Amino acid sequence: MADYWAGRDILSTRDVPREAIEQIWHKAKKYDDAVTHKKSYDKHSGKVLASLFFEPSTRTQFSFQTAMQRLGGSIIAFSDADTTSVSKGETVYDTIRMVESCADVIVIRHSLEGAARLAADAASIPVINGGDGANQHPTQALLDTYTMFQKKGKLDGLTISMIGDLKNGRTIHSLCYALANFDCTIEMWSPPQLKLPQIILNDISEKVKVVELESLDLSNSDVVYATRIQKERFDDPEEAERYSYVIDAESVRKMKDDAIIMHPFPRVDEIATEVDSLPQAAYFAQEANGIPVRMAILDSVLG
Amino acid sequence: MDSEQDKMKIKKIENGVVIDHIPKGKGLAVLSILGIGEGFHATVSMVMNTPSTTMGLKDIIKIEERALEEKEINKIALIAPAATVNFVHEFQIVKKRKISVPDAFEDVIRCPNPKCISNKEGRPLLKVERKSPLHVRCAYCERAYSSEELLELSSFVA
Ligand SMILES: [Zn+2]
Repeated sequence: MADYWAGRDILSTRDVPREAIEQIWHKAKKYDDAVTHKKSYDKHSGKVLASLFFEPSTRTQFSFQTAMQRLGGSIIAFSDADTTSVSKGETVYDTIRMVESCADVIVIRHSLEGAARLAADAASIPVINGGDGANQHPTQALLDTYTMFQKKGKLDGLTISMIGDLKNGRTIHSLCYALANFDCTIEMWSPPQLKLPQIILNDISEKVKVVELESLDLSNSDVVYATRIQKERFDDPEEAERYSYVIDAESVRKMKDDAIIMHPFPRVDEIATEVDSLPQAAYFAQEANGIPVRMAILDSVLG
Repeated sequence: MDSEQDKMKIKKIENGVVIDHIPKGKGLAVLSILGIGEGFHATVSMVMNTPSTTMGLKDIIKIEERALEEKEINKIALIAPAATVNFVHEFQIVKKRKISVPDAFEDVIRCPNPKCISNKEGRPLLKVERKSPLHVRCAYCERAYSSEELLELSSFVA
């Protein structure tokens, strides 16, 4: 397969073939030293990334900006839509038409779902979705699957347990579609009102085995993917209390010895800090993987 | 049309379009998807709940002195995929057509997701994923809907 991503937009993990995901992993592996040795490349010097964060996210934005700079490129950015003409009612479409003459690639985050797709319609240069509402966050799914590949060597045969808020998390939605390409089992545990949307469950159940856990039993898991449950999602604070969970050293002891724990961050108290030093804790490595994976993504779409 | 008797329920039209085999009670929805309302000037007649040999009861719409374009006709698929469209010229049916489900509904009906950007800017674009039973998916927010859900949750683009 030729480079799947050359000149393409990255908007969603739905309908992305397995080979395209694996291409990103193999390329990302070559860029690991951008983190381990702070190494920079001059592969894309002179190229410009437009980083358009209509909705703020320091983590994703830093990761993209570092990735572009490590590739030798530069950045134009806004991160607070209130300070731009956007607040005066300018459409995403018009903003993109203005920006595309300044840049070679665009990353966009927006609170409305489908905003990245609309941006891609407007732009003649590649558009990368940095998160659109509750819909998708495809680059997170690529770095998540890369972390699983890095830590476990393969995804086929793994049991991946997703726990927490599976309804509102775009990270979860993108990851589900990405994992549906592999021969793995997805276990799910969430409060009843925060289950994975039925639409997504239908889509992925055709391709991958999905098991709903009755209780938070992680003894079969190879990968535990924990997400935050926001208290504001519940009408009743007592109910929020009932479904809150904490992964601590004791819960890690009940897991497989070689299980890994991941989290898309920010965490509040789902994972106790005592877990941070245990070998199962993979979430800081996962977070750092954002850089080589986004380097691989930018390198691929820039061609 | 099912019988001579049925035809008598509304007078024959000289020129225009007859939309037949609309599921009973869906006639009004067909009118609204075609944008036929207050600002529409041609003569329109509708029969509701008329007996049909194949469907039990059905609705029929007749629009006089107005040709419908292919694109307009296919919108009806959302409501009445089994409808037939008869083109009438000088009291004769000159062409009979079945509805064909289009590949996408563009600018026909809004995406029901209030957080979808297509409701703020751009044009609603719902791609057909399965024709029978009809399922669509928003090209923007990627949510999928059955035609029943879509009609229940959303409104037509005026
Ligand atoms: Zn939509």
